[in-house]
This record gives sequence, C-alpha cells and structure tokens, in this order.
Amino acid sequence: MTTALDTDVRPEDRFISAFEVNHGQALNGTNASIAQQREDAIERFSQLGIPTNDLELWKYTNISKVIDRPYTLPLGPREASVEESDIAPLLVDDMDAHRVVLVNGRVDESLSDIGELPSGVVVSSLAQAGKDHPNLVEEHYGKYADFEDEALTALNTAFVQDGAFVYVPSGTIVEKPIFFLHVTASDEDLFLQPRHLFVVEDGAIARIVEKQYSLTDANTFTNTVGEVFVGEKGNLDHYLIQDEGPSASQVHTRAAQQKEDSVYSTKTVTFSGEVVRNNATIEADGSFCESNLFGLCIGQNEMHVDNHTRMDHVQPDCNSNELYKHVLNDASTAVFNGKVFVSRGSQRIDAYQQNDTIVLTKDAQIYTKPELEIYADDVVCSHGATTGQMDEDAIFYLRSRGLSERRARILMLQAFCEEVLEELAVDPLRDEVTDQIRTRFGGYFD
Amino acid sequence: MPLLEVKNLHVGVEDEDIRILNGVDLTLDTGQLHALMGPNGSGKSTLASVLAGREEYEVLDGEILYDGEDLLELEPEERAEEGIFLAFQYPVELPGVSMTNFLKESVNSVREARGQEELSSAEFLKMMRERADMMGLDADLTKRSVNEGFSGGEKKRNEIFQLAMLEPRLAILDETDSGLDIDALKNVADGVNKLRDDDRGFLVITHYERILRYIEPERVHVMLDGKIAQSGDMELADKLEDEGYEWVREEAAAAAAA
Ligand SMILES: Nc1ncnc2c1ncn2[C@@H]1O[C@H](COP(=O)(O)OP(=O)(O)OP(=O)(O)O)[C@@H](O)[C@H]1O
Ligand SMILES: [Mg+2]
Repeated sequence: MTTALDTDVRPEDRFISAFEVNHGQALNGTNASIAQQREDAIERFSQLGIPTNDLELWKYTNISKVIDRPYTLPLGPREASVEESDIAPLLVDDMDAHRVVLVNGRVDESLSDIGELPSGVVVSSLAQAGKDHPNLVEEHYGKYADFEDEALTALNTAFVQDGAFVYVPSGTIVEKPIFFLHVTASDEDLFLQPRHLFVVEDGAIARIVEKQYSLTDANTFTNTVGEVFVGEKGNLDHYLIQDEGPSASQVHTRAAQQKEDSVYSTKTVTFSGEVVRNNATIEADGSFCESNLFGLCIGQNEMHVDNHTRMDHVQPDCNSNELYKHVLNDASTAVFNGKVFVSRGSQRIDAYQQNDTIVLTKDAQIYTKPELEIYADDVVCSHGATTGQMDEDAIFYLRSRGLSERRARILMLQAFCEEVLEELAVDPLRDEVTDQIRTRFGGYFD
Repeated sequence: MPLLEVKNLHVGVEDEDIRILNGVDLTLDTGQLHALMGPNGSGKSTLASVLAGREEYEVLDGEILYDGEDLLELEPEERAEEGIFLAFQYPVELPGVSMTNFLKESVNSVREARGQEELSSAEFLKMMRERADMMGLDADLTKRSVNEGFSGGEKKRNEIFQLAMLEPRLAILDETDSGLDIDALKNVADGVNKLRDDDRGFLVITHYERILRYIEPERVHVMLDGKIAQSGDMELADKLEDEGYEWVREEAAAAAAA
C-alpha cells in the first residue's frame, strides 16, 4: 500500500492526511503502546511542523527544501527487485559479519546472511522483534529518541513500520560485527522512515556496522531513527557509513542511553548525499561511562552535511570524547554543532570536543559551533575548532623530499583524516574507508 | 667543476614589496663543503629555500645553475630527484604521516629518478635501521608520525637521518647544529664526513664555528643584508666567533661608501 504525497498542500498536511487516510490500517501495529505513541507523535508533529532555518538547531540546514517534493510514502511492504549481484559490490571486503540487508527500510531475508549467533542474541527486523519479543521492544522502544522537540523523530514515530533490531543479552560477546546494509531501490521518489532498536545488555559486547547506499537515481529522503541502549559495563561500537549519492537526502537520528561503567561509541563517515543531517545524542545515565563520538565527512560537489551532536552528562565521573573532521571540496557545505550538557551534581566529568576542517576551495563552507551547558563546578570540558587550508609548509617539506605535489597533497589530507580513521576498530571497514578516501582525494589533484 | 653556481641572485616575496636577497654570488665545487654564516635575518634560510624550490619566494634577477643546468626551472620534487636535499632549520611536524611510509616513498622516488631499483620492504627497513644508528636517531622515532612531538634535537637528528637515507649530491644544512647536544653534534659531523666524496657538495648554514671544527669547510661565507659580504677560510669563522659581525658590517658600509 502506498500513498502519493499531494504536493499542492503544505508538506506537513500531506503527512498528516496520509496518516489519517491509513489510520487503523497498515499504520496500527499490534503493540498498544507503540500505537499510542503514533497518535501522540503525529499530534506533536503537526504542532512542531517541519523545521525551518528560523530554528537555532536548523539555522544552516534547509531541510524543507528537500522534504517538499512529490515523494511516495510507502506504507507497507513493497516489491523491490534487488539482486545478490546488486549488493555484492556494497559489502565490505573480508569483513566476516552477521549480515542483514534492508531494502527501503525493510529486512530482505533472501539477501541477508546472519549466520550463527551466540545463544540468546537476536538480529532481526524490528517488526519481527515486536512479535517475538514484545516485552523487550516495549521496554526500550521510544525511550531514547525523544520526539517532544524533534519534528522528524515525531514523524518517524508516527509512521513507524520496520527497521533493524539487535538484542545482545547480559554478559554475551558477539565477536563478529553485526552488519546492516541499508539500500534504497525504486523508480519513484521515495520517502522512507526506518526505525532501528539496538539493545546491548549488562556486560555484553558488540559492534554494529551500518552502511547506507542507494541503487537508484530517483530522489529519496530517508528519515531514520535509531535507538540504542547499552547496559551496565556493556560496550557497543557503532558505525555509520553514509554514501547514498547526490539524489539522496536524509535525517539520521541516533539516540543512545548508556548505563554505569559502559562504553558507547558512535562513528560516522559521510561520503555523499544531497542534504544529510545527523543527530547523534548520547545520555550517559550512570557513573563511569565512556562515550565517544567520531565523525568524518568528505564533502564534494554540492553536498550539505550537518552533524548535530548532543552529549548529556547526567551522572558524575564520566568522560566523553568527540572528534569530527571535515575535508570540504567543490561547493560542499558542512555544519557541526556539538552540544555538551552537564547537569547539576554531575561532578568530575571530563568532556573533550574537537572539530577540524580543511576547506579546499573558496566555495566550500563550514559552520561550526560548540555549545557547552554546564551546571556542575568540578568538570573539565575542552573544546576547539580549526578551519583552514592545507598546510603549505608541510606540502613543501614533502616535495623537497621527492614526493610529487599531488602525492604530498593526498598524503596530507589522508593524514588529516587519520585520527578518525584509527578509531575505526573493524579492520576491513577501516581499510575500505581508507581506500575510498585515498581514491577520492586522488581525484582532486588529477 | 662547479656543482652549484648562484649568480647575482635577487629574491623578494611575491605580492609584497619585500626584498630579501640582493645579489648573492656563490660557487660550490663538487667535493667541497662551504659554510654560510651571518646574522639573524640576513637571508641564509631564504637562499636555502630558494635552492630547494620554495614557491613563495620570487626570483627577481640572477640565476642558479646546478651541474651547469638552470635549477630555477625545476619543481621542488624534481630538485630532490636531481639530488638536492635541504635539512630544514625548522622541520615541519606531520601528524598522521608515518615516518616509515613517508620515507619509503621518498627514498624510492629519488631512487627511481636515479635509475636505481626500488627497495623492497626488508631492504628498506634494514637501510633505515643502519642509517638511524649511524646518525644516532632513536629507532623508536621511525615508528612515529614525522616529527610529531619530537624534541628540537630529535627533529634535527631526523633531518640528518633523512639526508643519510637520500644520499643527496648537494646537501644544504640549515642550522642543523643548533640545539644539538655535543654527542648529537658529533653524530651529525661524522655523518657529513662519511658522506663527503668527490662528487658531492655541502652548504652548511651555521652560527657556530664549533661544528666547523669537525667538518672542516673549504670556504666560509658571511651573508649580510642578502649579500655575501665576506668569504674566507676557517680563520674567518674563528674571527666571527671572537669578534661578532660588527666589523663585517663596518667593512661592508665602507665598501658601499667608496
Ligand atoms: N615569506 C616571507 N615573507 C616576508 N618576509 C620574509 C619571508 N621569509 C623571510 N623573510 C624575511 O627575510 C629576512 C631573511 O630571513 P631568513 O630566514 O632568510 O634569515 P636567516 O639569515 O636565515 O636568519 P636566522 O639566522 O635567524 O635563521 C628576514 O627579515 C625575514 O623576516
Ligand atoms: Mg635561518
């Protein structure tokens, strides 16, 4: 079942009427609390409206421009002819992983290869998890991604259908990465709203790799919400590689809550997209948490990438590390807004934040803004931002040792990215990203 | 035979009305080592940079011949391939660029230009170990990013180590002896002496005659206000050490007035 969005009306109203038309049908899940959240969410969405540049949080990113298009809003499973051969080139070489392929936000069993999982671990679609593990879903779903102030999270919640689900029970170690390959494939312009839930319980350890690609030149808009829970002493290393190409836009919300003594790391690499907005939020809801936020954006052509992060320290004795790097070529634009919040009483917090950008042309732009909101007195919060061109002294040094100017420039850009690349702890993934970066940079100086 | 001939070289900074070199004449024969001294800001490093091909400097007049060929035609990397090496006064830190990878690429590109075979990884590592040892460079430093967090002395040793790796025909050492302890100074001097042969030339920029005692230059030049104001032998260096540059200034002023 699909609903074509009518472009004659306000974009908000298109979604609201699509919701109403389908009310009581495809939209209503079996779970009563999820159903109730849908109602609340569409209500909230209609109040908030699609964000405009007037909002401080959306000052530099014009999302309505890409939302206001005649997309089709798929409201049920759709046929998409994606073959094994389509996805083969999108896999990560030599990465032995539990693989799940999602086509247009829905798990495609035939393309997936989950393999053998440790006992008790669940890797499935969210819809399936809702049937098989309703209590687990109910316990975590909608708890971390707040839609009160986020219109797009509200919209996602109103239309939630499916997405990825991971559950790692207490004390369990998943050795291989759990790999979600998200592809869009369609001849028509699509508006997709996948919803993911990743639960890593006390003392459990896992790595989740998500990659996004598009197999179509049609315009797509993907409004993803992913919720993450990491229990006491748990450890989740969570990747997102974004490379959907120039006709795809997205808002990607990743909201995590972690408990005492746990480690959560979110690492995002953005290679392409028309307009990409990432909202990464971590709430360290326990003492002695370590939280890591890393990002790398390789901007080219007209792409616009906006990373908004929010680190909430609501308990004492935690540390957070944040490093985002951009290399911006052509007329690309990047926005970085990193907020660190330390509540009253959250003493002995050590929060580090850094954002560095190399701007290669005069048309490329970066808007960067740290935001510290600190209500405790015994904390160490450092933040810094640098923006500049390539270091010509360094280029000359390398050339004087026999490297061509081209090689020197590629090497310096690669070196600039290195600090983030070395955080990619899944070796085959790091190799792939490194190769891709090298190829991309090579093209700049041909 | 002259390895390097600098003739009436005038150099300024592009777009700005700054003149730094005002007619430098200097000839260095193969097999020779010359010292270049002179007060701060006199233009020594600028000359070194121009020799290595730094583009921010504009050659306004004069010429530079290397092996009888016009050097100014060549890009910095081509000069390196032709055997020119500049040990920087202020070596640049390159975070994220591994010493080993960088140096392997550097050595192999220079070798290729000389028609030598590319070194295998094993050969390269062996050479690296040998030369690091020869120059007293802590082998652990070769595992780090280029110059990142190196002490002043370590950076200088690293320059001389790279010199030893690249085996240049014309080596320009810009105050490589500054900031070195006495052991390091001997290492550098020994290294230079080992590399000296009939086919190579050295231009050693320094403020101290200390290092010159170890490496015994054939000529000593003094640069003043972008010109060679005096040339002589080791006696000149000794005199500068004792008396400073004031008398050079006075003689230059007298010569200009005459
Ligand atoms: N890129 C530049 N732009 C402007 N002025 C410059 C530039 N490079 C050098 N200069 C100036 O030219 C003069 C000579 O500088 P240079 O570094 O060559 O001196 P030096 O003889 O090496 O001095 P020192 O002994 O202190 O190393 C100085 O006054 C310096 O400020
Ligand atoms: Mg100097």
